[in-house]
Amino acid sequence: MAEAIVLEGVSLTLPNAGEPTLSGVDLVIPEGELALVVGRTGSGKSTLLGAICGRVPHFTGGTLTGHVRIHGRDTRQHRPRDLADLVGVVGQDPLAGFVTDTVDEELAYGMEQLGLPPATMRKRVEETLDVLGIADLRGAALRELSGGQQQRVAIGSVLTAHPRVILLDEPTSALDPTGAEEVLATITRLVHDLGVTVVVAEHRIERVLHYADLVVHVGDARVEVGSPAEVMETSDVAPPVVELGRLAGWSPLPLSVRDARRAARSPGLPGDLTSASRGWFQNHMTHPSVLPRSSASRASVWAGGSGVGAGAGASVGAAAGSSAALNPAVSGRQVVVTYPGGVLAVAGVDLDLYAGQVTALMGRNGSGKSSLLWALQGTGTRTSGEITATDSTGARVDPAGLRPGERRRIVGMVPQTASDLLYLETAAAECAQADRESGAAPGTAASLVLDLVPDVDLGAHPRDLSEGQKLALVLAVQLTARPPVLLLDEPTRGLDYDAKAALSKVMRHLASQGRAVAVSTHDVEFVAECADRVLVLAGGEVVADGPTADIVVASPAYAPQVSKILGGPWLTVDDVRAVLSGVAKTSGSMP
Amino acid sequence: MSSGPLPRELHPAAWWVWAIGLAVAVSQSSNPLLLLIALGVVGLVVLARRGGSPWARAFRLYLWLGLFIIAVRVVLHVLVGYKVGDHVLVSLPTVTLPSWAAGITLLGDIRLEGLLLAIVLGLRLAVMIACIGAANALANPKRLLRTLPGALHEIGSAVVVSVSVAPQLAESVQRVRRARELRGEAARGLRGLPAIALPVLEDTLDRSLLLAAAMDSRGYGRSADRPESRRRLTSSLTLVGLLLSAVGIYGVLDASTSPLLGAPALMCGLALALAGLWTGGLGAGRTTYRPDPWRGAEWVTVGSGIAAAVTAVLAARWAPEAMILPVEPLSWPELPLLAVAGLLLGAAPAYLTPVPPQATRRSGPTRRALVTSDG
Repeated sequence: MAEAIVLEGVSLTLPNAGEPTLSGVDLVIPEGELALVVGRTGSGKSTLLGAICGRVPHFTGGTLTGHVRIHGRDTRQHRPRDLADLVGVVGQDPLAGFVTDTVDEELAYGMEQLGLPPATMRKRVEETLDVLGIADLRGAALRELSGGQQQRVAIGSVLTAHPRVILLDEPTSALDPTGAEEVLATITRLVHDLGVTVVVAEHRIERVLHYADLVVHVGDARVEVGSPAEVMETSDVAPPVVELGRLAGWSPLPLSVRDARRAARSPGLPGDLTSASRGWFQNHMTHPSVLPRSSASRASVWAGGSGVGAGAGASVGAAAGSSAALNPAVSGRQVVVTYPGGVLAVAGVDLDLYAGQVTALMGRNGSGKSSLLWALQGTGTRTSGEITATDSTGARVDPAGLRPGERRRIVGMVPQTASDLLYLETAAAECAQADRESGAAPGTAASLVLDLVPDVDLGAHPRDLSEGQKLALVLAVQLTARPPVLLLDEPTRGLDYDAKAALSKVMRHLASQGRAVAVSTHDVEFVAECADRVLVLAGGEVVADGPTADIVVASPAYAPQVSKILGGPWLTVDDVRAVLSGVAKTSGSMP
Repeated sequence: MSSGPLPRELHPAAWWVWAIGLAVAVSQSSNPLLLLIALGVVGLVVLARRGGSPWARAFRLYLWLGLFIIAVRVVLHVLVGYKVGDHVLVSLPTVTLPSWAAGITLLGDIRLEGLLLAIVLGLRLAVMIACIGAANALANPKRLLRTLPGALHEIGSAVVVSVSVAPQLAESVQRVRRARELRGEAARGLRGLPAIALPVLEDTLDRSLLLAAAMDSRGYGRSADRPESRRRLTSSLTLVGLLLSAVGIYGVLDASTSPLLGAPALMCGLALALAGLWTGGLGAGRTTYRPDPWRGAEWVTVGSGIAAAVTAVLAARWAPEAMILPVEPLSWPELPLLAVAGLLLGAAPAYLTPVPPQATRRSGPTRRALVTSDG
């Protein structure tokens, strides 16, 4: 098979960086393969993609040694624009890359630059609309499409130039599970029907892994290439299905839910589990009905003895055993949010958030999650309805009626673009400013940041922090005001598995301190790890509300991988691990 | 015209030539009858041939702007205008200004003739603005930019991109302001400025870089490398052309110079500059998706606009007294038939051009209508 992408002894140092981002990389991606690039945040996945399309170093600057060849064209002699007929690049935010404003003009833009005859362009635009299944959107304005549609148009806009290689940088990270499925279906279609070589960098490995022919792992400036199963054995980022396979010692390592299900059902599990626990594991896996109730198991995993907020939402009052939990920390009645032009974002939602509980808001892009959170905080638009929260004196107040400075002491919020809150030169200055704003003792915010991310450099510019550190800084800034309610809008964007696990620990900790926490997210695995209660919104209305285990398991789109594999109330690998270790202990003491 | 030509959008340049022709015709006259006829013609064509796009609905804004201009004109007239005429409408005292502002009289009696003249001159400007507004409503400005010659393609792209980026900028300002409130400051006034401006600027820069990188990867500027010889030819043609044009303009304006320096030099200069544009666009290797065709309807539109302008200019030369509002003595204006006929010709596109394609609305909670560029 011909080689589509060849990297030969490539080392790359970005400007103002002491260490090389990539060093001594040799990589061959054969034609027609789907390669998945994985690695931790900041490991250089995007840089690798940039090097393949010539954007690095032609556009970004930096020093590249070695050779990058795409179908024989060396990026030393060819700038990105000279590769435009060969390599298509799709970014994470499709809107940011759109040049025109309607679908068909966007599809034609690349062809216009390549100088194709108008008749060919007309034909290819129609063909591409069909390949992507968006023919009815031909003349639509790009800004009015849903996220999944926009991402498909972005793929289409590079596809019309008939490239032989397509690079996608986190194509699904901003999408809800359904939108992501649409885009992934399109990507696999490219590989299967059109024979295009596709390279995808993705944080949410679970979404792409089972489609990949090849996995490229980037870490510590090194690149490791192999079949998905090989690389996943040792990868420092792994989806739940792989984690579960490692835990159970399944070999070969399952990559998809289907593989894992088969492995779980097959008699005689191989692996390094002790025979006693293995028997227990197998027995319970084949008879899920014997399992402990999910709420009980989750309580033991999370509550850490505090007993607050663990388990089902309905039983929170009983669990907490205090009147504070019976009184919702913040409650909304018939909340309606409409935007100019008659867009109805939230349509009469009743909602109570309880202290000691983490509530996840899920739903499609545009289903009203953000609008609802902003309305609850009081800063966002609210057309009608009532919202009350408890202030420091115990009185019920409407946060929207307060001054911003008092509002944040009652309901704190971390917005979707967390860095919007930051504007000073250093993280330390931001912390000092937060102390002043909140009237807290100097050093409060800084110590909160260090609690969350101990290895952060407070002298650094907020822009230079990693995504996780930035989020921690903003979280600390908001926590300095000690609000009893904390709302987070899509905090998991751009976080790798470790950072997400750390975030979910923080969420649990905040809830155990008696705070009411609400988080809107698309990430079902994150929800499975940290939420007590899930609300599903659709069209601005609450369509489902209940304990995490009941809601996510019931929905095919929202079920986490572990639940899909093992069925029943298992939600996360940690659930399984906790039960397993418990069983191992008890079974060890059994005769 | 129900069985007429298939619906399509007219070439944007045709609408612009038509609108400029009407504007030239309007500029030749201060006869209120002619001005109102011109306004009627423009309004008729806009109502008959505009699409459903947001800019098509902006025509009303231009009319409001015109009314505003007339009002300002009248207020200025009352305040500082030169009040001519015999019929005093309102008696106002004259305010004498100190010596450093000698020659300017504040207030004073308002007289009918002066007031009417102020209104008519305001109306003329308002109608000319309505003509430009009509062109904007009838022709998609972005499509017009796409018809730019190849050498100006880069400028066109820059304009298109900045037009698309403007709403994004407004969005980020709004988003950051809201985020600032979360930190407890209602960021207002100058003190709040850095807190808003820095994140917005950062955001805008990031977006611009992303867009630039995306455009680069999609082949933008790919054909900018032309042979050195042609590049030299292009720059020398353009440079010499511009120099000659400058000399020509000087010659046209200064009557004492040799006649050779005037119009001929200007013409040569313009021709050379155009040739420079042409060679610059040569070998650009860029094509246009669904270029707007130029057919009979475009010729009709352009012709009707030019006819209006030419008849008005001729009428103003042959019978200048009919083209103005007579104020000394004040009398009812004449109706110059030639100019009226020219303006009425300008209404021809309302009947002789294809209708624009129906705007479709996408179902969903969005308000902005969409234009299908589908023919």
